[in-house]
Amino acid sequence: MSTRRTLLASLPIVLGGVAALAAATDGFRAFTSETARRLSIAARARPLPSVALQTAQGQTVSLAQLRGRWLLVDFIYTRCETYCSVQGNEFARLQQRLARPISSGQVALLSISFDPGYDTPQQLQAYQRRSGDHGTGWIAARPLQASDLALLLRAFGVVAVPDRLGGYVHNAAIAIVDPRGRLVRIVDWDAHEQAEAWVRQRIA
Amino acid sequence: MSLTAPRKAWLGAALWLALARTPLRAPLEASMTLHMLVQMPLLALAGVWLVAPLPPPWRERLARWNQRGINGFLLASFVGMLWMVPRMLDEAVQQPWAALAKFTSIPLLLGAPLALSWPRAGFVLRAVLLLEAVATAFRLGWLYLATPSRLCSNYLLDDQQRLGQVLLLIGLVLSLVVAGRLMWGHIRVEDPPV
Repeated sequence: MSTRRTLLASLPIVLGGVAALAAATDGFRAFTSETARRLSIAARARPLPSVALQTAQGQTVSLAQLRGRWLLVDFIYTRCETYCSVQGNEFARLQQRLARPISSGQVALLSISFDPGYDTPQQLQAYQRRSGDHGTGWIAARPLQASDLALLLRAFGVVAVPDRLGGYVHNAAIAIVDPRGRLVRIVDWDAHEQAEAWVRQRIA
Repeated sequence: MSLTAPRKAWLGAALWLALARTPLRAPLEASMTLHMLVQMPLLALAGVWLVAPLPPPWRERLARWNQRGINGFLLASFVGMLWMVPRMLDEAVQQPWAALAKFTSIPLLLGAPLALSWPRAGFVLRAVLLLEAVATAFRLGWLYLATPSRLCSNYLLDDQQRLGQVLLLIGLVLSLVVAGRLMWGHIRVEDPPV
């Protein structure tokens, strides 16, 4: 009697357990939150908040103003001394390779600082200069309001944690935003070829 | 001082509450190692203690659906697996629903069923559970040590690697304890009465 009952009770436990595991991993595809973020964005384009940013030139630009072209976005902090310091070089390289669609207004690059307290327009300028900025099509900017920063980080799914050495560790990546201002793809921070190919395929 | 059953339940409730609140929660969640190897096991312990005063008739009623503790072990295994998914560790830190799920499921669906099932489990089932725990510690430890990138967006790589080292150590100690019990301990191979 008790054997049958036990087996009967096993059934919902196994089904519920497998269902919970499937839900927690997006159908056994995403075991890390980074994979989950990428899958979720690839599956459904994400609208972005229209927050105001201050550029390295000191101008104010909102995300909404940048619509109408493909945007390649990365999140940075200019004090980075580890691998994320290479993000700037990656963007400078992308800027060079995409020079033509950039000059025709089809593509722009945007680096957003998540350390706006330190990353003043001067710091952002210096960052672009030492990364090898080619002059046009690459905007470095910081949000001016802490609440805007939080909105941006949440929308893009960026998490920055203090690294105990005064810096940060963050899930650096290249985010692709379509001309309608929706986040459509996340690729690895050093996958500039992939980002370039994605955009090239979509601009006629 | 031996703990009576009601005292254990109070202690379990106090532990549960303390873990979920301000002075203890943030520091234990600030590190991946403390999150997985201190907070979560203590939450399970709170569940173990909570059900200590459950009267025998209730236990009997539950046991009818839990022959030899199979279903308790099954439930605890699924909940354990769920909270070993790196993504869930991130979610538990970032999302209130996941935090709530963690703070309720680990005591009630992992700790409590283990406490209610262990005394009913026979030698084979206990051995399976223990050896699976050893294997899991080694597997996860190796994974965390060998993975060159961060598995959790909220935790640092050195933290993840330290967690890996500690897990390997736990696996080693646990396997030595099991081996010691097998060689020098009293082993009751027959199952307890159903």
